[in-house]
Amino acid sequence: MLSQPIQEKLDRELKKYPVDQKQSAVMSALRFVQDEKGWIAPEDMADVAAYLGMAQMAVYEVASFYHMYNLKPMGKHTLTVCTNLPCQLSGAADTVAHLKTRLGIGLGEVTADGKFGLREGECMGACVDAPMFTVNNRKLCGRLTAEKIDQILAELSTEQGAKP
Amino acid sequence: MINIEIDGKHIESESGSTIIQAAHSAGIAIPHFCYHKKLSIAANCRMCLVQVEKAPKPLPACATPVSEGMKVFTVSEQAVKAQKGVMEFLLINHPLDCPICDQGGECQLQDLAVGYGGVASRYAEAKRVVTHKDIGPLVSAEEMSRCINCTRCVRFGQEIAGVMELGQAFRGEHAEIMSFVSSTVDSELSGNMIDLCPVGALTSKPFRYSARAWELSRRRSISPHDSLGSNLAVQVKGNQVMRVLPVENEAINECWLSDRDRFSYTALNVPERLTKPMIKQGGKWQEVEWQTALEYISHGLRDIAKRGGAEQIGALATPNSTLEEMYLLQKLLRGLGSNNVDFRLRQSDFSADGKQAGAPWLGMAVADINQADRFLLVGSFLRKDHPLLASRIRQAVKRGAQANVLHSTDDDLLMAVANKSIVAPSAMVSVLAQILQALATEKKARLDGAVQALVQAGSPSAEAVAIAKNLAGGQHPAILLGNFAQQHPQAAQLQLLAQHIAALCNAKFGFMGEAANSLGGHLAQAVPFAGGKAGMNATAMLAAPRKAYLLLNVEAELDTHNPQQALAAMYAADMVVAMSAYKHFASDYADVMLPIAPFTETSGTFVNTEGRVQSFNGTVKPLGEARPAWKVLRVLGNMLNVEGFDHDSSEAVRDEALGGMDVSSKLNNTLGGTEVRGLGTEQAPAHHSAPGPQSSALSGLQRVADVPIYSSDAMVRRAPPLQATHDALPPSAAMHGDELAKLGLKPGDMVKASQGEGSVRLSVVLDNRLPRGVVRVAAGHALTAKMGAMFGTISVERA
Ligand code: SF4
Ligand code: FES
Ligand code: FES
Repeated sequence: MLSQPIQEKLDRELKKYPVDQKQSAVMSALRFVQDEKGWIAPEDMADVAAYLGMAQMAVYEVASFYHMYNLKPMGKHTLTVCTNLPCQLSGAADTVAHLKTRLGIGLGEVTADGKFGLREGECMGACVDAPMFTVNNRKLCGRLTAEKIDQILAELSTEQGAKP
Repeated sequence: MINIEIDGKHIESESGSTIIQAAHSAGIAIPHFCYHKKLSIAANCRMCLVQVEKAPKPLPACATPVSEGMKVFTVSEQAVKAQKGVMEFLLINHPLDCPICDQGGECQLQDLAVGYGGVASRYAEAKRVVTHKDIGPLVSAEEMSRCINCTRCVRFGQEIAGVMELGQAFRGEHAEIMSFVSSTVDSELSGNMIDLCPVGALTSKPFRYSARAWELSRRRSISPHDSLGSNLAVQVKGNQVMRVLPVENEAINECWLSDRDRFSYTALNVPERLTKPMIKQGGKWQEVEWQTALEYISHGLRDIAKRGGAEQIGALATPNSTLEEMYLLQKLLRGLGSNNVDFRLRQSDFSADGKQAGAPWLGMAVADINQADRFLLVGSFLRKDHPLLASRIRQAVKRGAQANVLHSTDDDLLMAVANKSIVAPSAMVSVLAQILQALATEKKARLDGAVQALVQAGSPSAEAVAIAKNLAGGQHPAILLGNFAQQHPQAAQLQLLAQHIAALCNAKFGFMGEAANSLGGHLAQAVPFAGGKAGMNATAMLAAPRKAYLLLNVEAELDTHNPQQALAAMYAADMVVAMSAYKHFASDYADVMLPIAPFTETSGTFVNTEGRVQSFNGTVKPLGEARPAWKVLRVLGNMLNVEGFDHDSSEAVRDEALGGMDVSSKLNNTLGGTEVRGLGTEQAPAHHSAPGPQSSALSGLQRVADVPIYSSDAMVRRAPPLQATHDALPPSAAMHGDELAKLGLKPGDMVKASQGEGSVRLSVVLDNRLPRGVVRVAAGHALTAKMGAMFGTISVERA
């Protein structure tokens, strides 16, 4: 079952679409789930499917198509580093390498304490600030250097009660 | 009409059609993978690129509509260059495993690669690998690296089967076809994905690695299971049936097959096949020669007829028997002086016998379903009983038709249902009468006296009114009675009401025949009322046990309306002759077992539910000493000195049976002169919409019995891959949550379900879509063979 808050948000979302087009809300539904628990489990997809009257596989198609949906548990703070060409030319490889050593994890992995996750992402449409990563798909951090990265990591480590 | 030119050839094409359709209708081939005439257009493979005059670049022929004066070039330099380019891309990731690929020899990719592929690949990088999947016992997805992502399988599920079980997950070069978290594909039409897959990604699990396409000879046949009469290509190697494929027939099965029709062949050579005549002597079964067995039978029958009269002999056939078999069976019986012959083994109401103007049939051509704009489906487990009729109705609904349902279960039909009334079996007649009443009000018509008695005072339920209004709003309504309605203890009343409803809204009305030859049985006169003095029907013959029974394909405890009664009659008889392709429980009650040929080993005829007479030849030689039943019956006729048993071919039997008959003139569902009883209080719940609380203190629950799709006849019951599917799970006791609460049960509990003398242990299933007051317990399955009638009261208690 989708949680009460998710159902409420989803009901609001559903008002935007014709009644026989409930599946239009599938991306929002998945986003609400991920906002709540940090990732989207198959059971959540099944719940979304039931709620929107869709085939479970159709929900899975959407969830697996879009990169920003986490199909497995990620860290409390998941950093997604853009590794597309403009970022690469500006040193994205160094960003990734630095993060890997600092966090001791590879791409697609989560630190043992569950605090940090590391992912690779596509162009974020902000190449002017390359190289860059996002925190939990929400906060953009650009013009990264080793120092700046360390500073961000330190801030995130101490941050209390941050919403995943 | 639009004039276009393809490769210099002038073609007239309907406006709105695509280039590929125009080309195909003119016999011009355009290479393609994702396009399929029965599926929506995806235009994702790009194999069909052609050159179009004035277009700046090649266009996909499958997705480009024709326009006046269009000039298309399918083999020009530009077109061929584009096609070769696409082929090179397709082959980049495709494994080079044709020598070990089951699709080899019948692979569209292989064929087109010969025409458009290069000699060697310019691609030296790593190929993508897609992991194999287990999607169930019928369809193999073991080599998904072969998939070219045409999405035909996905679209088939969404559009034809009505349920999206496969989908394309991920994206770009990571895209892969899979089911949701490794669930199985459970559609009753899943095998069609094998045919649709243009490569060897989806293959037939039962057929895998057993033969090469080019080793197989292809023989036409007709499905012996449901009443649609799907056209089959039975493929044979070394006198063994290796697989079954559809033969396209737009008027019947289109290009599809149900899984039952496609995979039942796996039961042809199972160890349970009966291959020698056998006689029980001193409680022991002995293999004997045919001559011995037949002499034993003819002596026995003569003896019984002499001592007790010929009426002591009864004959029962399943409706899956051929026309010839049933014709000779009734001729033999009548020759001996008995009219006790019937094939309607699961029917319980015979009050319409002799009162119907003709043989019960669909009331329309199968293809007419496409044109219907309103449906009323009465008492039908539609998807499981008639998988392809269901698909046809589904397509009609997709095009805008509206479906209404009156039934005792609410299984998902995988189509939009406009209105439904889901009520206990005892309320079916009442609700149908309410629909009639509401329709009469709607049409300002007066009700015929014949049905007046069924219509009660009071106003019809909201559902009934909605259904009536819906029907009244249609131009071409169709009212179809399913197996459940035909097996219902008030079947004649349901029929009469449906007939009057049809008359009021100008609808076609008919029966979806129970099995392959449900109509043929009537034409073959294998019914007790067909000749002279009326004999006993299937139920009567078992209720008042006979001294001798001839069983044709019948498994007494699985194929009859009331297994308890049937078995008691068998045990009480002096002689039971079981003609069967399989050894079965008859070994317990029969005296003689005769090995007869299944449909692949005999010639014969099935008359489908629309009245289409379809004859077929045997495709392989009978196994062991099995013989076609028509030959067995002919010899038996000779031995018993019955006149007119000198046919030398099944065609001769058929011609005698049909006797130059104009079949269509024999088809008539009109019921006249039925004495219509008013409803007793017991069957007359008040006019509330019936899933309401049932007032009767729970002395028991009404049984709702379906015959699961893979329990329908002796052959499918023994097809191992079908028995491994989800649809073949053992029967359970399904009830509404309120009933569970009353009984203090929860899903998964074991209960003792008792009916009559017998009881069985079943596990409890929660189904809140069932009406209250019923328990759903399937029939036709060994687990429930100790139960009584398919309709009736069951008491359920914790086991
Ligand atoms: S599995 Fe076959 S039918 Fe399905 S997308 Fe792949 S190639 Fe097409
Ligand atoms: S390439 Fe990295 S943001 Fe555009
Ligand atoms: S057949 Fe036209 S794009 Fe696939």
